[in-house]
Amino acid sequence: MEIILAIIVGLLYASGIYLMLRRSLVKLVVGLVLLGNGVNLLIFLLGGLVRGKPPIIPAMDRVLGEIYADPVPQALILTAIVISFGMQSFAIVLIKRTYIVLGTDDMDEIHTTEEEDD
Amino acid sequence: MTNNLIILPVMLQFTLAIVLLFFCKRIAAQKIISIAGSIVAVVIAVGLFRQVYEKSILTMQAGNWKAPFGITFVADTFSTTMILLASLSALAVAVFSTVSIKRARMKFGYFPSFHFLIMGLNGAFLTGDIFNLYVWFEVIIISSFVFITLGGKKVQIEGAVKYFTLNFLASMIFLTAIAVLYGLAGSLNMADLSGKIQTIKNQGVVQVIAILFLVGFGIKSAIFPLYFWLPDSYHTPQAAISSIFAGLLTKVGIYALLRVFSLVFIPDDFMKTLVVILGGLTLFSGGLGALVQTNMRKMFSYMIVCHIGYMIGGIGMFTAAALSGAVFYLIHDIIVKTNLFLAGGLIYKINGEVNMKRMGSMYEQYPALSLLVAVPLFSLIGVPPLSGFWPKINLMSESFVTGNYYLLGCIIFGSFITLFVITRFWSEVFWKKREALARKPYIRYFDQMSRSQKTFLITPIVFLSIISLYIGLGAENIFRLSNHIAAELVDTSTYIDAVLGAATTNVTP
Amino acid sequence: MKLLILRTTANFLLPLLLLFSLFLLLRGHYLPGGGFVGGIIAAIAFVLHAFAFGLRSTRKLLRVHPISFMPVGLGLAVFSALLPLLKGLPVMTGLWLDEPFPVVGLVGSALLFDVGVYLVVLGVALTIIFTISESV
Repeated sequence: MEIILAIIVGLLYASGIYLMLRRSLVKLVVGLVLLGNGVNLLIFLLGGLVRGKPPIIPAMDRVLGEIYADPVPQALILTAIVISFGMQSFAIVLIKRTYIVLGTDDMDEIHTTEEEDD
Repeated sequence: MTNNLIILPVMLQFTLAIVLLFFCKRIAAQKIISIAGSIVAVVIAVGLFRQVYEKSILTMQAGNWKAPFGITFVADTFSTTMILLASLSALAVAVFSTVSIKRARMKFGYFPSFHFLIMGLNGAFLTGDIFNLYVWFEVIIISSFVFITLGGKKVQIEGAVKYFTLNFLASMIFLTAIAVLYGLAGSLNMADLSGKIQTIKNQGVVQVIAILFLVGFGIKSAIFPLYFWLPDSYHTPQAAISSIFAGLLTKVGIYALLRVFSLVFIPDDFMKTLVVILGGLTLFSGGLGALVQTNMRKMFSYMIVCHIGYMIGGIGMFTAAALSGAVFYLIHDIIVKTNLFLAGGLIYKINGEVNMKRMGSMYEQYPALSLLVAVPLFSLIGVPPLSGFWPKINLMSESFVTGNYYLLGCIIFGSFITLFVITRFWSEVFWKKREALARKPYIRYFDQMSRSQKTFLITPIVFLSIISLYIGLGAENIFRLSNHIAAELVDTSTYIDAVLGAATTNVTP
Repeated sequence: MKLLILRTTANFLLPLLLLFSLFLLLRGHYLPGGGFVGGIIAAIAFVLHAFAFGLRSTRKLLRVHPISFMPVGLGLAVFSALLPLLKGLPVMTGLWLDEPFPVVGLVGSALLFDVGVYLVVLGVALTIIFTISESV
């Protein structure tokens, strides 16, 4: 299972970075999404894959009796997902705005900031 | 010991932002709340600073979860100093933006985002947990996205695409580093990691994580091969916004670098050499970039990059004296860069131009204002006894002592370039004679403003200039502070004890 | 209109989904669920309504602009985080009432925080989706 996940993480990173290096803005955003998912999966993988119960101590016991799954990676991933949700929606609005203002999807056309202006 | 005073700077800004969201459409109320809140924030920051500097490190375990398991907030001298500087700059920018930001933009949530940004900064300075640091970084950049696109002009959108992509990438690299670190050490608390990281057998992986952190923070703080997004985006938003970016956003990256490299990954010789080389190249290339610019704000942006090199060089040498120099430079740079961009905004309001070639005659028209603007400009160069002089001397002598002659050369080169660029700027903008240009109808010029508006534009610059002068003339006090901070950075045992409790001291070597 | 089936089901699904989102919100402390998921499902309920009846009628149904959920939710969250200060405990410590409520169960400051999250997520998700779909 670890091997499969590791390969998937690698694929997500590679394809994310590949898409970011393309000139199209839409591919850039898709690349960002893939990269974000790759990182989340990496946290999940490195937190250790355990087939266990949630780490909640029953009311009558004082310690955990059974094998439990580490809750920290899940908390981290949830936070990271929420953050990337916000980031990605911003990115989508941003590229849409860029397309409306500049009329192009090609990143090579984006060079006004380097020109002499006002 | 737990002390709830620590979280106050964060909670205050959070509450302010929420209250401001309720006053979404009432701009006058927003201005008053924002300024009043920023004044309260300064008072709190001073209180916190005094308590920590004169007594001891304060900690707070959020949610009452004990140290390595929960999120710890730590206020040591370094973080409280940063909070104090951030709230001083924030106050100045809040006052400046009441006049300089257009009303339409205020309606789209300028002030709430501003306070969210400051909340993120305060949180990043205070947290003792590395994942929490990531979350605060995200709070900062998401608010900065609002700022950089506010207005939606063509240049801004283009700058925003670059800014967004690179910052997102930096966050992802940062998060990857955290993932590998957690998989390796099983902890996220920086004080706890400090002990655990040395017991790991596979030090090669630790090196890789350290490099990942260096790259992640390096993009955010704009060090040499990673800074190209900065000069392409920082000049696009309005002056008040870029001043808060210039003053604080790159510096929070430096803060994180100092924190992580002093506490978790103690740099070895390879790392030191690498960071010193990067620092030197940052100085060199940033300086050269500033040299060829005729756009005032782009030139200032390259100056940010150039001066980041001093701090990176200080981190790279990693001796107590060098760290003290880097921290002193950080203190000086936050105030001066904020002031510089505010002054840039003022010059723009007077001239209606950002191109230096088309400006001029400012000294003739406004002699008093010109002398005021001279304070940040010449502090930047480091004309003695102004504030830039002292840390540079310190860094130079330290690079001489440690034998980093390459860095010494770069520091001298960077200072020289700054001198040249700023004096050229001075002669172009202030001394050169200029014919009156046709007025642009969409700009509100400085002389068309009412008296109170002028006061609101000038007061923040006076305020920051006074602080800047104090840093220069009272350098002894600042040096005492920066030496104290550097001592805490080199010997982290007090920090670790404060977080984990004294019982665990003998576990950490 | 050809959306007859969608419209009819949307009418029934809106209250059902909202109820389900509240259910998820309330069970979230010990079981899968919570403010975030609840908020997302509540947002989906309104988005479905918007698909069936158009954005304008959904806005009319909501009465307030979805963005105004955000400050309320954030305010609740901050309030619940600051409550422990009154007892001298660190910020964000969970406080619990002694007696369980009927249906809901034990109520603590965590629930208040979750309600805040629910409102923020609902407000953010709806604002994002409405903004994107309006500007097409």
